[in-house]
Amino acid sequence: MKAEEIKILLEESFPNKPFELVENATPQGIVAPTESLVEVMTFLHANEQLYFDMLSCITGLDNGVEAGTMEVIYNLYSIPNDLHLMIKVLLDREKPEVDSLVELWKTADWQEREVYDMYGIHFNNHPDLRRILMPADWEGFPLRKDYEEQTYYRGMKVKY
Amino acid sequence: MGLLDQQLGQGGIIISKLEDLINWARLSSMWPMGFGTACCAIEFMSAQSTPYDLDRFGVIPRASPRQSDVMIVAGTVTFKMADRVRRLYEQMAEPRYVISMGSCSNCGGPYWEHGYHVVKGVDRIIPVDVYVPGCPPRPEALIGGLIKLQDKIRSESIVAPKAVEKLLAESEG
Repeated sequence: MKAEEIKILLEESFPNKPFELVENATPQGIVAPTESLVEVMTFLHANEQLYFDMLSCITGLDNGVEAGTMEVIYNLYSIPNDLHLMIKVLLDREKPEVDSLVELWKTADWQEREVYDMYGIHFNNHPDLRRILMPADWEGFPLRKDYEEQTYYRGMKVKY
Repeated sequence: MGLLDQQLGQGGIIISKLEDLINWARLSSMWPMGFGTACCAIEFMSAQSTPYDLDRFGVIPRASPRQSDVMIVAGTVTFKMADRVRRLYEQMAEPRYVISMGSCSNCGGPYWEHGYHVVKGVDRIIPVDVYVPGCPPRPEALIGGLIKLQDKIRSESIVAPKAVEKLLAESEG
């Protein structure tokens, strides 16, 4: 099943919600409305034709200060149907937050923690939203476009 | 082993300086701490394997800093790891030596400019005796570093131990 057909399925199930096709990507994807991400994902997870039982990857993306947006990209895979799909949500860069998917896929726990660690994107209802790679007392979020590392960390100079 | 089994074993007498004897004992049993921080540890491990055989230098990895004489910092030291590295070093008994293995622990390596997470040289947190260049250094290079350290130990003097000297310098400065 192609992304276009999945988009039609979604539009039938969620009337009045905007979905946008992303064709220039592998796998092809759909931009979902941020506020109803959990419902959309629950549908994709449960629907018998799709049955996306695996969350392969969560990626964060910072579009920079000028664009003023951040993105979270979810790569889904359906083991029984051999389907790939990318789901994207757009967030406000000033207050980036999106609902957590831990209830649906357990693997989202650490992946969302990594996105939080690198981009400072807040995942609502996450059971344990702490830094996962950087030390707990690190300042700032390293993969943001306007990131400046701190001068010293516990007395050690950070720059070369 | 001409010295041990033939000359000493047959009741011969060897006259040596105490200093030389102690240094010989130390440089012949440099027990490193068995830990690695990144991919250089793979080369460290292969240096211990049969083809390279670090045992012949008396280099036997120990699982505890309390039993170790040498710390081989094998790989990238991140800021998160830095406190642990320093603490392990502090737990080692004197005389203790540090070999910095590979570009990352020498100076930050490929992370020197954009690696916000990497300590730009392990010598910023602990004193280093020998630097082994390479990314990663081959086992031969690590063995070269160990031999350099042996040379360094050979020229040490028990009259002026490193640790006391350092403490005196710190209290004066």
